Amino acid sequence: MLSTGITSAAYIAAAVLFILSLGGLSNQESAKRAVWYGIVGMALAMFATVFGPGVGNYIVIALMVCIGAYLGMVVARRVEMTEMPQLVAALHSFVGLAAVFIGLNADFELANVRQLLASGGDLDTLTGFGKKLADKDTVEIAILKIEVFLGVFIGAVTFTGSVVAFGKLAGKLSGTPFKLPGGHALNAIALLASIVLMVLYAGGAGVWTMIAVMVIAGFIGWHLIMGIGGADMPVVVSMLNSYSGWAAAAIGFTLGNDLLIVVGALVGSSGAILSYIMCKAMNRNFVSVILGGFGGAKGPQMTVEGEQISIEADGVAAALNEADSVVIIPGYGMAVAQAQQSVSELVRKLRAQGKQVRFAIHPVAGRLPGHMNVLLAEARVPYDIVMEMDEINDDFPNTDVAIVIGSNDIVNPAAQEDPNSPIAGMPVLECWKAKQVFVSKRGQGTGYSGIENPLFFKENTRMFYGDAKASLDKLLPMID
Amino acid sequence: MKIGVLKEIFSGEQRVALTPESAAQLQKLGHDCILEKGAGICAGFSDAQYKAVGVAIAATAAALTKTSDVIVKVRPPSDAELKRLSASKTLISFFYPGANAALMELAQSKGASVIAMDMVPRISRAQKMDALSSMANIAGYRAVIEASNNFGRFFTGQVTAAGKVPPAKVLVVGAGVAGLAAIGTSTSLGAITYAFDVRPEVAEQVESMGAEFVFLDFSDEQADGAATGGYAPVSSPEFAAAQLAKFGEIAPDMDIVITTALIPNRDAPELWTADMVASMKPGSVIIDLAAEKGGNCKLTVMDERVVTDNGVIIIGYTDFPSRMAAQASTLYSNNIRHMVADLTPNKDGVIVHDMEDDVIRGATVTHQGEITFPPPPPKIQAIAAKPKETAPVLTREEVKANEAAAYRKTTRQQYGLLAAGGALMLLLGAYAPESFMQHFIVFALACFIGFQVIWGVAHALHTPLMAITNAISGIVVVGALLQIGSSNILVWLLAGLSVLIATINIVGGFMVTRRMLAMFQKS
Repeated sequence: MLSTGITSAAYIAAAVLFILSLGGLSNQESAKRAVWYGIVGMALAMFATVFGPGVGNYIVIALMVCIGAYLGMVVARRVEMTEMPQLVAALHSFVGLAAVFIGLNADFELANVRQLLASGGDLDTLTGFGKKLADKDTVEIAILKIEVFLGVFIGAVTFTGSVVAFGKLAGKLSGTPFKLPGGHALNAIALLASIVLMVLYAGGAGVWTMIAVMVIAGFIGWHLIMGIGGADMPVVVSMLNSYSGWAAAAIGFTLGNDLLIVVGALVGSSGAILSYIMCKAMNRNFVSVILGGFGGAKGPQMTVEGEQISIEADGVAAALNEADSVVIIPGYGMAVAQAQQSVSELVRKLRAQGKQVRFAIHPVAGRLPGHMNVLLAEARVPYDIVMEMDEINDDFPNTDVAIVIGSNDIVNPAAQEDPNSPIAGMPVLECWKAKQVFVSKRGQGTGYSGIENPLFFKENTRMFYGDAKASLDKLLPMID
Repeated sequence: MKIGVLKEIFSGEQRVALTPESAAQLQKLGHDCILEKGAGICAGFSDAQYKAVGVAIAATAAALTKTSDVIVKVRPPSDAELKRLSASKTLISFFYPGANAALMELAQSKGASVIAMDMVPRISRAQKMDALSSMANIAGYRAVIEASNNFGRFFTGQVTAAGKVPPAKVLVVGAGVAGLAAIGTSTSLGAITYAFDVRPEVAEQVESMGAEFVFLDFSDEQADGAATGGYAPVSSPEFAAAQLAKFGEIAPDMDIVITTALIPNRDAPELWTADMVASMKPGSVIIDLAAEKGGNCKLTVMDERVVTDNGVIIIGYTDFPSRMAAQASTLYSNNIRHMVADLTPNKDGVIVHDMEDDVIRGATVTHQGEITFPPPPPKIQAIAAKPKETAPVLTREEVKANEAAAYRKTTRQQYGLLAAGGALMLLLGAYAPESFMQHFIVFALACFIGFQVIWGVAHALHTPLMAITNAISGIVVVGALLQIGSSNILVWLLAGLSVLIATINIVGGFMVTRRMLAMFQKS
């Protein structure tokens, strides 16, 4: 059995390792080392807790850890890289659920301890957490109750929200926004009700209030995320990431465990920053994304003049064979069509001819921050030719061919040219400045935002209609 | 419908209105095509080539006109050609209705519909049938080739064993379609190319083609080209004077001058005066593409090559497109094909003369016994680019002041945030117990560290970041482990479940992160 001092020391070491592990993600090479910091930190923390003071039921622990580890392994091995958004959402829901359980447990324990205290029973029978509770005074108990409430509330929102996000990302739920009649007023009422319940609970109203909070918060999470469209999921997933962190932090407060607080704060701020970056990249504010829907148009939008001119694979191949510099702009459509391998093959062939080939990644391309990078990495595209928007936007005028694969709004010139466009001011990839642009797209429809894309009508744009993978496979043999 | 292709009768005209390739495409729209015998010979298309794609051959123009519903040709029709038309027939050709009122009245009296290819409005949708542009493109190219033919030197500068050759200097006046084509050809031949246009907004296009734009020292804003259908408007006298002064200044340096300045429905403006010609070096060449409208140079003689006393060659040919008949016919025939395609919206071989359509309405000069020229302005504005609003240039003091203001603003913001945060902390500290505050310190510092660390994460690694935060937020397992020893069965059960799912998170999260990071390979 480890002493409290040793446990604390292990916790400090774990916290430092976690920070190093997040910090290591600043570049691809140090990231490979950073994962190990995280793993060692987690092992240390669990070891110290299990063999620390006040923990029993070792058989159950061993059993649960084994089952959980096995399931985790299976999931991690099986998941396709295109399914990463779903996996991340699912894992968030787990944290949320665990936070709800632990919060409720804290309340049960509290009730237990108070019963014992009231009946003058033997406090020595209490273990670990119970003992801590027994030492608390009334103010501390009140604070504890608020912490329990926060843990349960955030945890439940995270849980149901993540389940819905998972459903939408996995295509099990429709991606179109859905709201109950009453819309956000309903959410506001639910929030108010939760606060009332918290006040009741702090006043000693018993466990039922927490159960009710759990249900209401669950409803808020469900309703909130149901109201958000599929393409806004990067923001939603980052937000839920953040929530899962705050839930962990709230549990840390409840249990008086600094390690939980530190990790919760790290994860919470990480998610918050990701959401901020995503919103910035869409030039929308966080609240409007969460409340769903695009901002209303400020006036008549510019009409798009001209026509979309289509082109066949041989035309694209001829242009590519002649080009010296090529930039590829992938979007969610590439992931949907599973075209990344074909893209990678195309890049390999073009690079073998000594052409400069690069990728331009918009921060909100795909359904998860950085999703495109992972997909391309999986397809063995070297990461040093995969550029961020800011790195490559100035290079388009010197680019011979830009290929847009399955993205739409992120290459929409209306964002810069039409002040009345709903996406006006959104930073976009200026691919139309390239000498020639090819757009691989299924049909003539508009993007997620429902806005016409003037890019498709530009004189130097040619539409390469068809499924992205099929089109590229047709193109590949023509590249010599 | 039957589409008949007339042989051009204008002397020297080599073009044909329809190539075999376009004829084949028209047949796909449900039309039949008839060709007057030998109509394509001059442009290099034999009757056999037409027959091969299923075009019937008519022996005479009269026979062809009689059997055809739509007659296509290049040059404006002659009286004789027009007289053969009747009420049900449509003629598509160049027509220049502004200058050919008598011809138009004749067509009206016959009741035939006439679509003038030179009246196609300049809107984006109609670009594919803009025959003026496609012909101007050829004229611009040919102008440079013709200049080179008459110029006794290389275009490009060379250093040879036999001595140094200076590059030719070419000035292109008017950066419309022909002007831009000339600029492109001239720069690719290696000449130092200058260009001028009264619309300063085309400077960008000119520079993108590799020429240098000649700017005037003239502050007055020129009218926007977009307002006049993409054509240059008439200049003010002051502007014209400034322009002449500038040309006079650079004229002695120029080896080749190509003028393309035309104003719709007016004589060509005089841009290159006799003085300027006199100041040029012997052997210099002037190509005047505006010769048909009187020329941008008054010494130009239409359709002729003249040599001035000081040895400057002035070329006033007006048949540049015809001199490249095969190319010109291909492009013109594509324009015709697109026009017919627009007239056949259902692709069933039935012509629908839709007077509501901007393009068709604009190009139609007579229809159903009425003269429909001039057309109302198109509903859609012309394509010329709007001038960019340039940001006002700030002085150094202003920049400094702005920076100082921005600095003060951020300072105020930070002070405000700190004050608000401090007050909040004080409030919390006044009521919360010490044990809470100790944890709160940890929390606040961890948030700060989190923000600092996460900003440093590469964008490319955001997905692994989310996966790894998933894994480490599995740290709630610690909370569950602390509770699992409880004697309360419910607590025990919930804690057990929490351990299970948190472990899935930990193991799943770390493993998938490792899997992802292993994929990132440097080239």
